[in-house]
Amino acid sequence: MLKAENIIKSFDGLPVLRGISMEINQGEVVAIIGRSGSGKSTLLRCLNNLEKVDNGTIEIDGQALVKNGVYAPAKEQRAVCLKMGYVFQNFNLFPHMNVLKNLTEAQRCVLGREKEKAEKYAKELLKKVGLEDKALAYPGQLSGGQQQRVAIARALAMDPEILCFDEPTSALDPQLTQEVLSVIRALSREKRTMAVVTHEMAFAREVADRVVFMQEGVIVAEGAPDNVFNDPRVKVFIGKNDNDDGID
Amino acid sequence: MVMKFFNNPEKLWNLVKILLEGLSVTGQIFILTLVFSIPLGMLVAVGRMSKKWIVRGPVSAYIYIMRGTPLMLQVMFIYFLLPRILPFKFDRFPAAIFAFTINYAAYFAEIFRGGIQGIPKGQWEAGQVLGMKKSQTFFRVLLPQVCKRVLLPVTNEVITLVKDTALASTIAVTELMSLAKKQVSSSSSIEPYVIAMVMYLIFNGVTEQLCRLAERKLNYYQ
Repeated sequence: MLKAENIIKSFDGLPVLRGISMEINQGEVVAIIGRSGSGKSTLLRCLNNLEKVDNGTIEIDGQALVKNGVYAPAKEQRAVCLKMGYVFQNFNLFPHMNVLKNLTEAQRCVLGREKEKAEKYAKELLKKVGLEDKALAYPGQLSGGQQQRVAIARALAMDPEILCFDEPTSALDPQLTQEVLSVIRALSREKRTMAVVTHEMAFAREVADRVVFMQEGVIVAEGAPDNVFNDPRVKVFIGKNDNDDGID
Repeated sequence: MVMKFFNNPEKLWNLVKILLEGLSVTGQIFILTLVFSIPLGMLVAVGRMSKKWIVRGPVSAYIYIMRGTPLMLQVMFIYFLLPRILPFKFDRFPAAIFAFTINYAAYFAEIFRGGIQGIPKGQWEAGQVLGMKKSQTFFRVLLPQVCKRVLLPVTNEVITLVKDTALASTIAVTELMSLAKKQVSSSSSIEPYVIAMVMYLIFNGVTEQLCRLAERKLNYYQ
């Protein structure tokens, strides 16, 4: 479904992605793990056109966002990226719109859906993330966990084929983390195609069909969770993580 | 002090009537300047933030000149000197509007630039990942937030503008200040100035209340 080949990206001469190739297949949940600075968030941002690659190819459903470092025209870029949904670490909800408007704005101005239809769909999605009673609240009135669930619903409202999460719980305390993780877990049961950059190892192990472990801008290990988590290099990383964060 | 107006209701009323005419011209300068300079300021702000130096450079120079020289000089320059360079002549009133507009647009531009740059990059990115065009993100996501952020500094400028309109008197536009000056010299009394002062104060009182109303309206989110 999504195919990335030989992605190269550097910031001010500092290489961040050094030849990444990966695929995301229909109905699959891919967890991308690795140390801070390993390039995992940059990779996800490149796939969603939030960063421009220096070289490489990104295709979704055979439609190229960038081919051998040459980007498609702006209009095509937008069309390709509409197949992807993106959930930010810090939510990035629109603070001046209530929750319902946050969910309907792009449905209306990008997909051209009618107001009633967009609102009906938005309310369904809010119910799905357990926030149907918050439709008229403003983001500033919600907890971090609630804001992130709204952000997930907002991404779902565009009917993306692949939903991407960039460390969706890193800005949340443990209690709020759980409510967001359970929403993502429910989505994985629906066989939604998802890519999740995460520090939650237990969660990655539980939900992912495939785990990608990155180190210094390359993919070091990739495969079924049990295999990857038994890789010695990954074990070292997880061991370190334990000491750093106290995650078991 | 010898009173010439305050002890004579009929003369006072006549004076007030004359000055009210001036106040109405002042009001016109004020409103027209805002109507032109706010959109122009937004355009200038966008130019000032351009990645192309060929746009950013001249725009920066323009802002530098507008903020770096006295408004009074700019008003006189446009009315007296520009017709010598350009093949056409401004009337007094449009010359004043033009001078105020380009001056205030420079100040507004810097306020808007601050407002736009103060909005987290994530708001642009959120618009982008939802498939919005840059223009859609700007008008639907950024601009409403910018309006809230710039309201207080803009209020400041607007209140200054009420008083700056008096500079139109340097090219003899018949606004409040020049009419008051005329009345003072013909009557040898400073009472017309007192009345003009009160009129400016009332004008600004109303302006301030309107800005406060806008502030309350934009308080629907924090």
